[in-house]
Amino acid sequence: MKSFVFPEFQIIRDEEKCGQCRGCERQCSFGTHTYDPLTDRLISDDYKCAGCQRCVIFCPKDAIVVRPTQSFYRPNASWSREKIEDLKKQAETGGVILTGCGNDKPFRIYWDHIVLNASQVTNPSIDPLREPMELRTFLGAKPDLMDIDFKGGDVEIKTKISPHLMVETPILFSAMSYGAISYNAFKSLATASKQFGTLFNTGEGGLPRELRAEFGGNAIVQVASGRYGIDAEYLNCAAAVEIKVGQGAKPGIGGHLPGEKVSQSVAETRMIPVGTDAISPAPHHDIYSIEDLSMLIHALKEATNYEKPVSVKIAAVHNVAAIASGIVRAGADIIAIDGLRGGTGAAPKAIRDNVGIPIELAISALDMRLKNEGIRNRCSIVAAGGLRSSSDIIKAIALGADAVYIGTAALIAMGCTLCQKCNTGKCNWGLCTQDPRLSGRLNTEIATKRLTNLLNAWSHEIMEMLGGMGINAIESLRGNRDHLRGIGLYEWELEVLGIKGAGQ
Amino acid sequence: METVEIDATGISTEDLNERLMALMLDGTEKFVLKNVCGQRYIGTRLYSKNGNKPRVDIDITGTPGSDLGAFMSGHRVRVHGNVQDGVGNTMDDGEIVVEGRAGDVLGMSMRGGKIFIRDNTGYRTALHMKEYLDKKPVLVIGGTTQDFLGEYMAGGIVILLGLGELPHNQTFIGTGMHGGVIYIRGKVDKLQVAGQVDISEPGVEDRKLLDKFVGEFIESFPDLGLNKEEILKGDFIKLAPKSKRPYAKMYA
Amino acid sequence: MPRIRRELYNKEICACSIFGAMNRDGERFTGKGVMKAIANMHVRGNGLGGGFAAYGIYPEYKDYYAFHLMFTGNSPEAKRSAKIGFDAFLCENFDVVSDDEIPHSDEVVVSDPPLIWRYYVLPRKQGEEALLSDEDYIVKMVMHVNTKIENAHVFSSGKNMGCFKGVGYPEDIGEYFMLDKLYSAYTWTVHGRFPTNTQAWWGGAHPFSLLNTTVVHNGEISSYGTNRWYLEMYGYACTLQTDTEVIAYAVDLLMRRQSIPIEIVAKILAPPIWNSIDRMDEKEKKLLTTLRMVYGSLLMNGPFAIIIGQTGKMIGLTDRIRLRPITAATRGEMFYLSSEEASIRLISPVLDSVWTPNGGEPVVGELNNMRTVL
Ligand code: SF4
Ligand code: SF4
Repeated sequence: MKSFVFPEFQIIRDEEKCGQCRGCERQCSFGTHTYDPLTDRLISDDYKCAGCQRCVIFCPKDAIVVRPTQSFYRPNASWSREKIEDLKKQAETGGVILTGCGNDKPFRIYWDHIVLNASQVTNPSIDPLREPMELRTFLGAKPDLMDIDFKGGDVEIKTKISPHLMVETPILFSAMSYGAISYNAFKSLATASKQFGTLFNTGEGGLPRELRAEFGGNAIVQVASGRYGIDAEYLNCAAAVEIKVGQGAKPGIGGHLPGEKVSQSVAETRMIPVGTDAISPAPHHDIYSIEDLSMLIHALKEATNYEKPVSVKIAAVHNVAAIASGIVRAGADIIAIDGLRGGTGAAPKAIRDNVGIPIELAISALDMRLKNEGIRNRCSIVAAGGLRSSSDIIKAIALGADAVYIGTAALIAMGCTLCQKCNTGKCNWGLCTQDPRLSGRLNTEIATKRLTNLLNAWSHEIMEMLGGMGINAIESLRGNRDHLRGIGLYEWELEVLGIKGAGQ
Repeated sequence: METVEIDATGISTEDLNERLMALMLDGTEKFVLKNVCGQRYIGTRLYSKNGNKPRVDIDITGTPGSDLGAFMSGHRVRVHGNVQDGVGNTMDDGEIVVEGRAGDVLGMSMRGGKIFIRDNTGYRTALHMKEYLDKKPVLVIGGTTQDFLGEYMAGGIVILLGLGELPHNQTFIGTGMHGGVIYIRGKVDKLQVAGQVDISEPGVEDRKLLDKFVGEFIESFPDLGLNKEEILKGDFIKLAPKSKRPYAKMYA
Repeated sequence: MPRIRRELYNKEICACSIFGAMNRDGERFTGKGVMKAIANMHVRGNGLGGGFAAYGIYPEYKDYYAFHLMFTGNSPEAKRSAKIGFDAFLCENFDVVSDDEIPHSDEVVVSDPPLIWRYYVLPRKQGEEALLSDEDYIVKMVMHVNTKIENAHVFSSGKNMGCFKGVGYPEDIGEYFMLDKLYSAYTWTVHGRFPTNTQAWWGGAHPFSLLNTTVVHNGEISSYGTNRWYLEMYGYACTLQTDTEVIAYAVDLLMRRQSIPIEIVAKILAPPIWNSIDRMDEKEKKLLTTLRMVYGSLLMNGPFAIIIGQTGKMIGLTDRIRLRPITAATRGEMFYLSSEEASIRLISPVLDSVWTPNGGEPVVGELNNMRTVL
């Protein structure tokens, strides 16, 4: 069947500059460029291009420009080009449209409507270059009060404190499984978190055995509905265990790693045969209810001898606050919430673009609900999904998060250009692929450096902003909405965020 | 071999499992638990981080709570009575023998070890059971199961002997199945089985497996006086996935 | 009923343990055993709700409707004044034969207990109301109290039965009302609750009840919005901020008002999958197809396990794909339903039979001789 969809991108090659080195041909995994020996020229097939910009950046002569195609349908506010083309693709295949990355629709981004405070006169701002500025964060369940015994000058803590995680900056790497991302990308995240003193999350694809001794202490290992790669050693080598209930990019549905991505090593880590589909059912089939979740939380605490905090990750959905409150009562030490814009290696587009709520509103609703119920200190909140900069992070903390997970941001640091082709397994940047030729492009040392650089830069910026507000310890900003004001927001939005309008 | 007997009356789940853990680390190899009533996760905690892999025997009288043997690595559990939901959840290795019936989601995501259930089991038995290399879980059920047997099954062996009075009435067998094998002794209508599943007669290799595991099942319940030849003579059907990739063609 | 814009349902996530025990010979027993059984499932609840329904507890008043009423308020005076308001309404519409405060033990500490009162009444229908059956009259009045009379809530309104519930673990609530000492019933159903709402809202505990029907429920009903609108068209006001009450009202609508037997009601609340319906013989297929067409709005979607109590009956039912557990058992004349088998074994170590009922198929325990209680 002839496809009626026209190419998304247009490739323009400056023939003057092009030196026929065929670099672009080697770079593009989608097979866009081919060399024609007859004319000694490179020919590009626009239909194949994903717009990942790899060939552009790696062309030694800067001869290539890749830009959105200039052809267009008759403009129509209702039938956008995207709607028309998705529909055509489906008419041609009868299938579900799959995509990668996060929701790219123009829903309101609240970060861009919130401004931060700074001290002037009444309270001095602090200079982070000279004075102590603390970002160390503890994640876990705090008791309501501490029972302390004073005996003959000796102090003894009598309350049993549940296990906690300590991070040097409130930025953790979000769950990205080995299988969805390449070994090199996975290892770079692990190394960077170890170097910086933070944590990475294995996702549901297991933790390769050879990485356990070295990076286990920085790993949050996931237990998801597919239960891949889980055994007692996996659970016990880690810093914490996370039950993945949902993901911001695809709340309410499962996923599967297609058989072609289940290479020898992915298979070993997940403990499944090579080449089989790794299916993650939509729900955990042992969790159909909150008391079942409580049971799994306690089963995992049992399996780790009550030595590790247990986190529960959910997608931000309509009743997120009520659900989270139930999760706290079910015994979770940490709640991770993933907002509407959270990324994914593969999700049906209909779900990615339409289900869930923005993380900003979810954090605030959750924080307020738990405070109203008097149980906020019984868990830590880690927010994920759509954090793009240090200022987003600091706003998230002021809205009530204890820390954040970054996923897409970390990928971009390593080279991702958000081309949304993660699901194809052909990632030219060596990130979302199991093709050794492509994943080999990602140098772990360089990628690690890029990640630690990012953590460094953002941590510094957070310190600067904290100092400006006259705060020198991150915990003093947690849930401190006084330092936020809204601009251009409706009354109900301000109410959900729990902040005043600017000037108020 | 040191045996410790514990009367579980009134002991909480956490305390009971903590005692088992402490005793195991001290070298106890056999536990006899009496009057168990609803205590959960028995066997789950018993893992030693220092690399040696202790293996203990746990003999249970009473009704253990849900998630018996969840995440378990390598112990042997025998229950004189019925068990509840979630037995063998994500179990890695070991053996559970139940002189009675089991509840729902038995052997979910189990990747190794063996479970023998004397009577019937509930819904969603062997859900997403897996296998990997030499790790091949085995689940033998004396009677039958309720609906959704072997949903998403990705590996392992399930055998239903149909020895009880109940016929195999369950529907939605093997929905999404993409690995492993189910053998059923007795009649099953094609409509009870999901479309992704291939129904055939067991071949020579299958017969060998049946011989082996039916034998083990019988040995696990010596009091029943079962006759292996008699059982194996019955009609068996074999259910196996048509493809390792049941959902490959879903996307545009 | 006028279509006013209603405040949106404030969702609470609630999960639970449920237990029921019935003597099919109609012999009555105290609440001691069921309290012990539910306590064994302590971890399934979180201490924010517990409750009991008991059948056959008021033989000396068995011809009268027994109203269990809850009066709330910030102070004892406020609670009393709520009662005064209600009493005025009651005397206008009912003949009150007797009334007293439901006894409780002060030794049990519960959070913010309301004033709980019991009335034995007969309807006093006036004017056009005479056309209503007694039961329809009671339903109308109960809905009126729950929606219009401030700080008054009806816990139960049937004959020879009653609900006892509150904020706390069920075993504590049982002790608070001294169910192990003061009452004997031939059927007890119990609920331990795990909600996420901390407001000490005694009305939110299970069982939910209307006339002789009580429901204890484990799970979450994702079709609540649909079910609620449907029931409101028939005059059922959903006021208790929780999904369970729609089950109680649906059962009342279908079983009492429309006289549909439980076997069919189960097929409305938890209908078979279309796939299975398509395979049935023509007659059955037609019945089930029509039921789904007509009563699609009463399909209870999402995971649930419930125990329905009625005069002389105890019914267990789970959703159509059985996402919540229930175990049934018998020992002699005793019939048990429970979230976990261990709890049954605790009070009856030896059982004649134990089984897992099929999803969407009701298990029904019935009195051998209904006259023993009527
Ligand atoms: S997919 Fe990437 S590498 Fe290939 S042509 Fe397009 S921009 Fe260049
Ligand atoms: S990870 Fe790779 S495939 Fe995915 S969006 Fe980024 S560059 Fe594209």
